[in-house]
Amino acid sequence: MKKDPRFPRWMPPVLSGLIFVALWYGIRVGSGLKSWILPTPWEIIGAAWDERSLLLPAAGHTALGALGGFLLAAGFGFFVSLLLGVSGVLRAGLYPWLLVLQMVPVIVLTPIIILWAGPGMPGIITITWLISFFPIVANLTQGLLSTDRNQVALFRMCNASRFQEMWFLRVPSALPYYLGGLRIAATLAPIGAIFGEYMVGNSAGGSGGLGFLVYSYNTQIKIPALFATALASCLLGFLFVAAVSGLNWSLLHRWHDSFERNDH
Amino acid sequence: MGAESSIVNFTSLQKRYGDGPLILDEINLRVEPDDFVSFIGPSGCGKSTVLKLVSGLSPWTAGELTVAGMKPREARDRQAFIFQDATLLPWLTAQLNVELPLRLRGVAAKERIGRARRMLALVGLAGAGGYYPRQLSGGMKMRVSIARALTLTPQLLLLDEPFGALDEMTRNRLNEELLALRAHSPFTVMFVTHSVAEAVFLSNRIVVMSADPGRFHAEVRVDFPDPRRPELRTKPEFQAKVNEVSHLLHEVEIPVPA
Repeated sequence: MKKDPRFPRWMPPVLSGLIFVALWYGIRVGSGLKSWILPTPWEIIGAAWDERSLLLPAAGHTALGALGGFLLAAGFGFFVSLLLGVSGVLRAGLYPWLLVLQMVPVIVLTPIIILWAGPGMPGIITITWLISFFPIVANLTQGLLSTDRNQVALFRMCNASRFQEMWFLRVPSALPYYLGGLRIAATLAPIGAIFGEYMVGNSAGGSGGLGFLVYSYNTQIKIPALFATALASCLLGFLFVAAVSGLNWSLLHRWHDSFERNDH
Repeated sequence: MGAESSIVNFTSLQKRYGDGPLILDEINLRVEPDDFVSFIGPSGCGKSTVLKLVSGLSPWTAGELTVAGMKPREARDRQAFIFQDATLLPWLTAQLNVELPLRLRGVAAKERIGRARRMLALVGLAGAGGYYPRQLSGGMKMRVSIARALTLTPQLLLLDEPFGALDEMTRNRLNEELLALRAHSPFTVMFVTHSVAEAVFLSNRIVVMSADPGRFHAEVRVDFPDPRRPELRTKPEFQAKVNEVSHLLHEVEIPVPA
């Protein structure tokens, strides 16, 4: 990305954040809305502090479910993409059904999954996996099929085996695609976990998590606490995306053009 | 010389893609081991296809083609291909790029590393092994590509417009280096280019091709003595050869409509 020398890097997002908070505050004061319809930012932070003994363990619980589902999606996505990348027959046979699986609304599948896997962590992880694997498969498969033709010819000229071509050429050249898929999955995984917990919260033996808090605060009409839960979910999502960005940087910055410095 | 001694042998070869038009027709050529053959002609004349056939990357339709007496695919370990863009793997350092063909053939790590180092030194990049391709200039990338092609000490080197994207000074420099490498350890060369001067400087034979379908229009022998020095480019006999080849090219060029 091009760096503008007039501003330090941190300034634009902080400025836009401050403007957003000011607007929020202005709307609240100007419109005369009640606190339980639109709490001010400070009321939300206050609620977060008051509810910390519930929010923190719930966030930890959600993080665990999201991480489990995300890792499962990352591994499953990698494996399935390899299959799709190796064989056109498998691609033709499997891809439409993966698409169908993605098309079925998770909201329909969730009760079924909870019915089968129970209301505990396995069900949450399954839901998270289901919601986050497709972008990984779609991206990585595309990447595995986008290998430079001359590079493939080079491998053919060296009498490389199919395995060598896959492992030394197609997989590394598709790595940026994989990481792009992981980044999308990282934004989806906490949403999947929270959604799963919300649905589980309805059934007996709900095991906690931010999704369960959403359910519980909603029924108690604790609106500032509900906003505080949204804030916690945002932070969790940021953490996931930051982790993938870190992975992305450590794997690509040495060689990939997306990390090309301007002064180079 | 007989057919047995030639390294590449085309006999009445034809090539078309599927049911499409004829790409190459009536190709007859014998490349001898000490030849440096350049192919020049209008774009679309199939000169790159000639190299693809020799490397076994593409099948032909009719006629015969042998490389070292074998089918092209079977002779792959005797040849190496250099593409117009250096075709380095961007995620590998220069050193690892040069090691790649050795790694794919299962050469042990210790020998692999040593050989790749020597090859990099030979192309003047002794200190650059740790750099990634994006850190290298176009000329340096092409040197790495040459080093990689020569690690397996091929008998036959195929180059498809390798220096076409480089500036003229770098191109001339690499031309001279290529001849020096060839003097160091001899190999046969088939070279596709758009530059008449480059072809005259490098080759002992220049094949001028015509298009639609691709045919061999004429062959020019270039018998300047080796080693060829940069000064050769300024000599009148060099200019005369360039003119001769350019004249042949004008014969095959499709005239611009008035």
